[in-house]
Amino acid sequence: MQSPGTVLTVRQVAAYHAMTLVAPAVAERFRPGQFLAIAVGGEHTSLLARRCFPIYEVKSDYGGTVELVFEATDPGTNWLASRRSRDAVDVIGPLGRPFPLPRDPASCLLVGGAQGASGLFSLADALRRRDCQTHFVLAAPHGAQIFGARSAQRIGDSATVITRDGSLGTAGSVPDLLPRIIDESRADVIYAAGPTALMSAVSSVAAAHGIPCQVSVAELLASTSACGIGTCQSCVLPVIGDDGITRMARACTEGPVLRGERVRWSDLGTIPLDAMGGPRAPSSAITAP
Amino acid sequence: MELRTKIGALELPNPVVSAAGCGGSGRELAQFTDLARLGAFVTSSVMLQARAGRPTPRVAETPSGLLTAMGLPGPGIEGFLGRDLPWLAEKEARVVVSVGGNSVSEFGEVAKRLVDSPLAATVAGVEINVACPNVEDRGRMFAASPSAASEVVRAVRGAVPRDVPVLAKLSPDVTDIATIALACADAGVTGLSLINTMAGLAIDPGTLRPVLTGISGGLSGPALRPVALRCVYQVHSALPGLPIIGGGGVATGRDALEFLAAGASAVSVGTTLLHDPSAPARILKELEEALTARGLGRVADAVGLAHKPAGYVPPQVVRSEPEERIPEPSDQQESAP
Repeated sequence: MQSPGTVLTVRQVAAYHAMTLVAPAVAERFRPGQFLAIAVGGEHTSLLARRCFPIYEVKSDYGGTVELVFEATDPGTNWLASRRSRDAVDVIGPLGRPFPLPRDPASCLLVGGAQGASGLFSLADALRRRDCQTHFVLAAPHGAQIFGARSAQRIGDSATVITRDGSLGTAGSVPDLLPRIIDESRADVIYAAGPTALMSAVSSVAAAHGIPCQVSVAELLASTSACGIGTCQSCVLPVIGDDGITRMARACTEGPVLRGERVRWSDLGTIPLDAMGGPRAPSSAITAP
Repeated sequence: MELRTKIGALELPNPVVSAAGCGGSGRELAQFTDLARLGAFVTSSVMLQARAGRPTPRVAETPSGLLTAMGLPGPGIEGFLGRDLPWLAEKEARVVVSVGGNSVSEFGEVAKRLVDSPLAATVAGVEINVACPNVEDRGRMFAASPSAASEVVRAVRGAVPRDVPVLAKLSPDVTDIATIALACADAGVTGLSLINTMAGLAIDPGTLRPVLTGISGGLSGPALRPVALRCVYQVHSALPGLPIIGGGGVATGRDALEFLAAGASAVSVGTTLLHDPSAPARILKELEEALTARGLGRVADAVGLAHKPAGYVPPQVVRSEPEERIPEPSDQQESAP
């Protein structure tokens, strides 16, 4: 699970960096929705938190390659973006709960925000192998931040690009435009990946339409996690369990894919009073498994 | 190479142990490190009640360190005894249970529940997290005062059978750590775990507000290592007979050897486990190589070497005729078996 990956290529894709690693152990076991935790800065690094990235795609070349798409925003991701072919990178993965796939053919709406959309393309492949329809919605503030518009148009049954400023596709916001797209695509299920605010908005639209919704909180994971494997417990968010009890779930281990309606979006960044172990938790919850 | 080491009556097969809170429930770490091959697995601090901890962000990356203000999240003693301890026992790990509390009586209660449980026999030792805030003293940590620290030690020591070692994990945020160590020794600890995190602050350069919801947090990782070495050295000087588990930013075998030389009998790996969860096996191998390279045949021979005069040779090492071993004279190492 922890293995040295070898960099094959790093290239610029729109506003992002796309890195391909030779990592057969990851490629072999990958399921769409899972992520990688990468150590950054080399052997004597001063950057101790692993960086978590959704996996864009895996291929069988060179024994198994993994590609990820990321934005260089801090010293750690800058270091990663400056890797060159044949450099070694310490990777752990594939990690986390993948997207569950429908048993029967269904019409699937895939909503991706900025580079977070990269996590949806391998999902689309898996859905299509199950004879599902895939309708893409790609959203970002500006056209330059849209990832994968061409791929979405190629492989999707439909593809809608939404930018806030209208620099690419339709001008507007996802919550405003999504209801119409849901009706037109006759969506049975929604999958979403990208910024946390978008995940929250998509979850509430899906709930209003009574459509199941699986969201990847990979962005929240990337901004809060330190280990990626569930040890440090830094990436927690309040999630309602099957028993109705809210627990602080780890985005890396219980997620990153979660049922949208189970996440208490308005309570992010807090410990809800009634959460298990919270200030006013019912005493029976303390002994619940 | 003799890797075995002792913390009081507790014999560890090797000196590399996991630090409290850095191995999760054990399940997370076990995917990367065989828990049975650790010197010991130290659990996250177990409190009386289940706790969700503090809201995020509760971890921040700082230069060569992590700053954490978790708020002691965990399943509580009932959850720990129900799910975590049975699992750890099944993995045949030597389990040192870290216990915490909001008050002296709570520490005692957690320890009592632990020793009264059917799995008490699987507990190799108890480590007291005296850096917990004392709610009965305006949140001041027990480890900050000799009297509060010794009260907590007495409460736990009194609940735990004599043959089970009790360690106190001390905070470096005190005027004189040797005074606290002495108070804990008087109260009956078997040994000490040095050190817990050191208070620090991270400011978000964008918002100019503290990064952590807990405002300040505990600094861990290699940034802390010189502080930890100083504490181990200082306490070993003052109390040479008291076994110490030393740790603070241990990432390599060389780091581990430095802690042994400063006076530790075992070494804990903490923040490194979050960065590199398979590190313990590597650290142990590097330590073995580092000991061999210095002609040291036993872990115990390295313990406290920094306190000896330069050029001191442990009695059992023979330099001129390596093939012939001289019978050991009376052991000069305080913490050697």
